[in-house]
Amino acid sequence: MFTFIIRRIGTILLTMLCLTLVVFFLVNLEPNLKKLAISQTEMHTSAEQLESWLVDHGYRQNFFARYGQWLGVLPKQPVTDPATGKPAQRFSFCNDPTTPTFSGVLEGDFGCSTKFKTTVAAKLFPALGATGILMLCVLGVMVPVSLLIGILAGMREGSRTDRVLSVASIASTATPEYVSGVIFTVIFASWLGWLNGSAASASQGITFYNFTLPVITLAIYGIGYIARMTRASMVEVMTQQYIRTARLKGLSFGNVVVKHALRNALIAPFTVIMLQFPWLLTGVVIVEVMFRYQGFGYTLVEAAGNNDIDLLLGCSLVSVFIVLITQLISDVGYAFLNPRIRVQ
Amino acid sequence: MQAQYIGASAIILEVLWRFWPVWVALAIVMGSSFIYKKKLALYGQLFDSGVGIAGVFICLFWLFTAIFASTISPFDPLGQIPIMKDTLPGAIEPQSGLAYLFGGDKLARDVFSRMVYGSQIVLIIAPAATGFALMVGITLGLPAGYYGGKIDSILSFLANLVLAFPVILLFYLLVTPGIMDTPIPYALAGVFFLFPIIFFCVLFWTRYKNRPDRIYILLGLTLLIGGWIYLGLVFDKDPLKIVHIDPNQLNIFVAVVFASSPGVFRIVRGLTMDIKTRDYVAAAQTRGESPWYIMLWEILPNARGPLIVDACLRIGYTTILLGTLGYFGLGLAPESPDWGTAIKDASRLLRSFIHPALPPTIALMSFVLGLNLLADSLREQSMKD
Repeated sequence: MFTFIIRRIGTILLTMLCLTLVVFFLVNLEPNLKKLAISQTEMHTSAEQLESWLVDHGYRQNFFARYGQWLGVLPKQPVTDPATGKPAQRFSFCNDPTTPTFSGVLEGDFGCSTKFKTTVAAKLFPALGATGILMLCVLGVMVPVSLLIGILAGMREGSRTDRVLSVASIASTATPEYVSGVIFTVIFASWLGWLNGSAASASQGITFYNFTLPVITLAIYGIGYIARMTRASMVEVMTQQYIRTARLKGLSFGNVVVKHALRNALIAPFTVIMLQFPWLLTGVVIVEVMFRYQGFGYTLVEAAGNNDIDLLLGCSLVSVFIVLITQLISDVGYAFLNPRIRVQ
Repeated sequence: MQAQYIGASAIILEVLWRFWPVWVALAIVMGSSFIYKKKLALYGQLFDSGVGIAGVFICLFWLFTAIFASTISPFDPLGQIPIMKDTLPGAIEPQSGLAYLFGGDKLARDVFSRMVYGSQIVLIIAPAATGFALMVGITLGLPAGYYGGKIDSILSFLANLVLAFPVILLFYLLVTPGIMDTPIPYALAGVFFLFPIIFFCVLFWTRYKNRPDRIYILLGLTLLIGGWIYLGLVFDKDPLKIVHIDPNQLNIFVAVVFASSPGVFRIVRGLTMDIKTRDYVAAAQTRGESPWYIMLWEILPNARGPLIVDACLRIGYTTILLGTLGYFGLGLAPESPDWGTAIKDASRLLRSFIHPALPPTIALMSFVLGLNLLADSLREQSMKD
C-alpha cells in the first residue's frame, strides 16, 4: 500500500511536470506573446516597440532557460534596464529580485501576474479560498441529494419511483451549467425575484440571496451522475444473497435497506464523487463567469484571456494537482472501504 | 413604429407548422421502423420501451431539423432587420408579413431561425468529432489493451496526461485566434485524420490479405476516399473543391477530438483487456491469426455494445463541449448561430430580456437529453441479451 502511494505520487509529479511544460509551450507561442505585449503596452505601439518590450521583460530568453527559471532549478535573471544599464526588476509590482536568485515554483514563488499587477500567490490563493467555499456548499447540497435519489431509486428496481427518478437524473446530466444557470436565473431571478442573478456581492458576504443560484446550478449537473451510479450500486447490492437472508429472517424492508444494503452500496459512489472533481472544475469556471463570482474559475478565464503566463501556469498547476490528488484519494479510499480489493 | 404581434396560440401553431418537413420525415421513419422493428435488431428493440422511443424521437427531430433548416426557418439566421431589435415573441416583420416567432435578439436577428440553423453546426461537428475520437481511441486502445507492457504504459500515461487537463483550460490554450497562425492545429489535424485511414487499411488487410480480388479494391478505395478527404480537410487542397472546412472550425474539431479520444482509449483498453481472456480469442491465437486480426475482427466486434452506448453519450458530451466553447466565445465566429454562442449573447442581457435565452438552452438540453435517453435504453437492451 505504502509503495503504491509513493509510486502514484511519483507519477503525479511527472504528470505535473509534463503538463506545465505543455502549457508553458502553448502560452509562449509567438501569437500569444504578441497578444501579451499588446495588452501590456499602450495602444498603437509599433512592431519594434512590442519586440523591445518582450526583450526588456525577458520573454526572448531561451525557452528551456525560462521554464527552468519558472520551475526554480535555474536562477531567475534580472533584466537590464535599457536607460541605466543596471540590473532591474522585471516587474516592479511584485518585487522581482535584482540579483540572480533561485526563485521558482519549487521555492514557493509562483511568479508575477501581468494582468492583475500583483504576485500570482496574492491573486490565486484568495481566489482558491473563495472557490473552496463554493465547492463546500456545492458538495453539501450535491452529495446528500444525489445519494438519497440514488438509494430511493435503486431500492426497488423497476418501480414507479425508480423510473421517475431515473429519468429525472438523466435529464439533469443533460443540463450543462450554462443551460441550467440561464434557466434558474430566468425562473428565480427574473420571474419570481427571489434570488439574485449575480454573485458579485458574495465576496463581501455570502447570503442565501446571492449564493443559492451558483450553488444549485453547479450541483444539478453532478447530481444526476452520482445518483445514477448510486442507483446502479444499490440495485446490485439488493440482489445479493445476504439481503435475501436478512429479509427472510424477518427484518422489515426499511431495516434491511438502512442496516445491510446502505453501507455496501455507498462504496462505489464514493469513487464517483471523488472523480467528479475534474468536472466540477470546469463547472466552476462556467458558473463563476456566469454569476460574476471572483474565484478560481474567474481568475483562470482572466488569465487565459489576457495570456497572463505565470498566473495561467499557476492555475493549471493547481487544477492538475486537484484532479490527480482526488484520483489518488479515490483509489486509496476504495481499497480502504472495500477490503476485497487489494492495491498492487 | 409599434410592431404588430400575433397571439400565443398563433405562435405555437405557426411553430408547429414551420416544422412540417420534420413531422413528415419523422412520421415516415418512425412509422416504418415501428412496423419492421422485428427485423431491425438492436435498433428495433429500442421501440420496445418508452424511454427508447423518446430518445429516438428527439434525436431524429434534431437530425431532420438540421437537414431541412433552410425550409423551416423563415428568416436568414445572420440577417438583421433593425426594426425588430429586441422584439418580443410573435412580432410581425412588416415587409414579409412573417412573424419573429421567438422574438428578435439584441442585433435584431430572428431567434427562431438562429435556433434552427444552430442545430446544423452541432449536428455536423458533434457526431463527426465523436467518430474521429472513436477511430483514434480504438486504434490506440486495442494494442494497449492487447499487448500490455511498455506500449500500454506509454499510451496510458499520455491519455492520463490529457485527461488531467481541465477541459476548459485545454480549450483556452488550443482554441485561440492566435494559434491559427501556428502550424499546431494543422499538425494535430494531420495526425488525427490519419487514424481512420490507418484503421480501415489494417481492417481490410488483416481480413482479406489472401484474397487479391478484394484486397486491392478495398485498399484502393480506402486510400482514394481517405486521401481525398484528408487533402481537403488538412491542407484545404481538395482538387474537386467539395471537401472544405473553415480554419476555425478545423481548430474546434481538432480540439474536441483531442479532448475526447483519451476517454475512448481508456474504455477500449479496458474492454480489450477483459475480452482477450475469452476462449474465442485463445482459439484464434491457436489458429495462428495475426494479433491485429484478433484485435479488429475478434475483439472489436464483441466490444461493440458498450462502445455504441459510449458513442451516444459522447455525442451528447461533445454537444455540451461545443456549447461551452460557444459560451466562452472560443473558436466559432461571434455571429455564428450555434447554441452556445446564442446562450452567451442572451445570458448577458437576462435582466432586460429573457426570450432570446430560452430557445437555444431548451434546444441544447433536449438534444443532449435525447442522446442520453437513447444511450440508456441501448444499454438496457444490450444487457438483456
